[in-house]
Amino acid sequence: MPSVCFYFQVHQPFRLRHYTVFDKSGNYFDEFKNASICRKVANKCYLPSNRLLLKMIRRYEGRFKVSFSLTGVVIEQFQKYCPEVISTFDALAETGCVEFLAETYYHSLSFLYSRNEFFEQIQKHIELMQKLWGQTPRIFRNTELIYNNQLAETIESLNQFDAVITEGADRILGHRNANFVYRPPNCRHLKLLLKNYSLSDDIAFRFSNRGWEEWPLDAPKFARWIDQINGCGHTVNLFMDYETFGEHQWEDTGIFDFMYHLPEYILRHPDNNFMTPSEVVRSYPVMDVVDVPHVISWADMERDLSAWLGNAMQSNALHEVYKMEKLVKQTQDPLILEDWRKLLTSDHFYYMCTKYFSDGDVHKYFNPYESPYDSYINYMNVLNHLRERCKQVLTQQTVTEQAS
Amino acid sequence: MKVFMLGWEFPPYISGGLGTACHGLTKALSDLGVKITFVLPKPIETKTPTHVQMLTPQHCRALRTVTQSAETTQELKNVQFHTVSSPLQPYTTPQQYQKRLEEIIRQKQLLSAQSQQMLDQWLEQEIEGISVGPGQYSGDMYTEVHRYAAAAVRLALQQDFDVIHAHDWMTYPAGIAVAAVSGKPLVVHVHSTEFDRSGEHVNQMIYDIERRGVHAAAKVIAVSYLTRNILMTRYGALGDKIEVIYNGVEPEDSNRISAQQVGIRSDEKIVLFLGRITMQKGPEYFLMAARKVLEEMENVKFVMAGSGDMMHRIIEMAAQMGIGHKVLFTGFLRGEDVNRVYQMADLYVMPSVSEPFGIAPLEALNHDVPVIISKQSGVAEVLTHVLKVDFWDIQEMANKIIAVLKYPPLQMTLREHGNFEVRKLKWSGAAKKCLKVYQEVTQVAV
Repeated sequence: MPSVCFYFQVHQPFRLRHYTVFDKSGNYFDEFKNASICRKVANKCYLPSNRLLLKMIRRYEGRFKVSFSLTGVVIEQFQKYCPEVISTFDALAETGCVEFLAETYYHSLSFLYSRNEFFEQIQKHIELMQKLWGQTPRIFRNTELIYNNQLAETIESLNQFDAVITEGADRILGHRNANFVYRPPNCRHLKLLLKNYSLSDDIAFRFSNRGWEEWPLDAPKFARWIDQINGCGHTVNLFMDYETFGEHQWEDTGIFDFMYHLPEYILRHPDNNFMTPSEVVRSYPVMDVVDVPHVISWADMERDLSAWLGNAMQSNALHEVYKMEKLVKQTQDPLILEDWRKLLTSDHFYYMCTKYFSDGDVHKYFNPYESPYDSYINYMNVLNHLRERCKQVLTQQTVTEQAS
Repeated sequence: MKVFMLGWEFPPYISGGLGTACHGLTKALSDLGVKITFVLPKPIETKTPTHVQMLTPQHCRALRTVTQSAETTQELKNVQFHTVSSPLQPYTTPQQYQKRLEEIIRQKQLLSAQSQQMLDQWLEQEIEGISVGPGQYSGDMYTEVHRYAAAAVRLALQQDFDVIHAHDWMTYPAGIAVAAVSGKPLVVHVHSTEFDRSGEHVNQMIYDIERRGVHAAAKVIAVSYLTRNILMTRYGALGDKIEVIYNGVEPEDSNRISAQQVGIRSDEKIVLFLGRITMQKGPEYFLMAARKVLEEMENVKFVMAGSGDMMHRIIEMAAQMGIGHKVLFTGFLRGEDVNRVYQMADLYVMPSVSEPFGIAPLEALNHDVPVIISKQSGVAEVLTHVLKVDFWDIQEMANKIIAVLKYPPLQMTLREHGNFEVRKLKWSGAAKKCLKVYQEVTQVAV
């Protein structure tokens, strides 16, 4: 009887170019690198995966459904570097079997630093979803599934959302499992959808791992695991990075075939089906209250903030960039505002993480820097230049005001 | 396991990293129960007493076991020292060697009767050696290397050992000779090559000695993959014969003294260069980066600690650049002074053009000093929590120097992680690998 609920995260940051303290130009972003990465991932993942999903949706005539969250910054890059990706998303949107979720436009950590900016970025993202695909998102996912009770309250206060998505971390669930709809403690109508990290990671991380005892994973086996949930859950929330398909797990691992055949086996059991997050929220009752006083996320083993806030450089960079909000907004200069917002993207801080640096681990994915230290130096140099630009604009404004 | 070890220098009388490395390695090997007979040329003209040279040999040709001071004996309980009187020192050039020889002659009158007698005999032999030597441009150094070899052979005949371990080119002929006489396997330890020291202007004689040593050895130990590559491409050595064993460093508890204690204004930052001021160490890149840094910030001083054949040129260069008042030269530092200069420093920069390993950055990290190293160094292979630049990329070097001085969180994170990382690089690990190499070569030999 469980419903399988897929949600794919699509995101690419605007990576910074090498920027020394001696640089004096307002060009902060590495056009070449961003374009080539965007095109490369589009060819390996976004385009083939979108075509595959389209084929599946047509084949199962509306019984196969998925949802996406695309950040504003990745959409901007698609529009600039590979617009054909946008048209495949258009085609997916037209099927009616695809739901788009809301998040912060710049994939930022603004919830932790500035409520004002947080709201503005959500609205900007909703407007983009409306403009592109005519959908008004009803489900919110925060950057990296960062979540606590306060986030739920903040989102409910917006009166725009039915549910929030987050990680089904063991420490918030206790003896319960992630396969039900839950509710945050102080919310009246807002619901909570939790990621089944075990089954999600079987696809996203372990799929091609030959050391894994379940390797090779095929569709019948995975469908069997889904069947086993029967009676012990309403929904299986499979949330993962979209880059899983073709980029993290290359095509030759068989990931596309696995995906293509999965619905066939899951739908064999008459009680199983596929649902989008909104349908799950509508179809199933709230089973319990899940209390999350401390911040959680879907990152690493720790499932906390340590990937972005684990060392002094990260907290300093974050503190400095959000401290500039007032200054940036005072200038009323759209270019400055855009540059500043692109600097809020969480990836910049992720690159500064020293947690796994010695072991050379997952943080390497499209990391443009040789070391977290290089990334901090580069970021701070850019930030200093942006601050100078703000000050320049403001002094100019006062001069012209006085003149008139 | 008994090792017949041939070295150049040993603390506290050192001029570079080789002595430090020999000390660390022998100590750790000694802890593993390896018995070492350490043969080393005795620098006779120095005025600084050391536990090795404090004891004057009765006869310059005589080789005798040196009784160690109590403290050292405890530390190196399985190491036995033998010295061969010689003015030879690592990192020397034939010109410097000549100069040193002249200096010894000048000092002759000042020496005690006993030493004088010793010197007379030594010089006599030296002149003999030169006259029978091949008479090439560096004949005197060449002779010296072979005299050391002959002495080592004589000593080896009285000793019982399983393996010969030779450190750097000067001891290779000795190692080859001892191996030939004793039939024991030779392990050659490459701490640097002629290409590191002289760039493309190699001394053919030294290169030949190095090549012969590397080829004669049963196994070669390189201090980094960088050095291993040089040995493979420039010396034609086979890769599977070369084992990479990184140097280590012993953690010490340094209590940082505040800048006021040493009379430096607290608002002034100190960027340190510590090493020989020679082509290999890239001092001119340090200066050029310094000038760039000073374009951006005022309150910073650059300290260059060390001496070398480029010292005068570098002093002049600083003056020409107009940054003479910002660059301080301390000369060669040793002992407590080294600790003090590390404690004062806000940042240590090693812009080496070619550095087989580079122990100094480890020492800096041990003293809680953040580090910038050139990518052209062996130590860059083992350190992750440091900043790395190409030695020629002055702009980037200056960029990173400024960042460290300007952003305290960067300094803090580098310090924290760097100090932690350096604690994992101990000599005991290197000694274990070294022992494995000994076991391999002795097994093959049997």
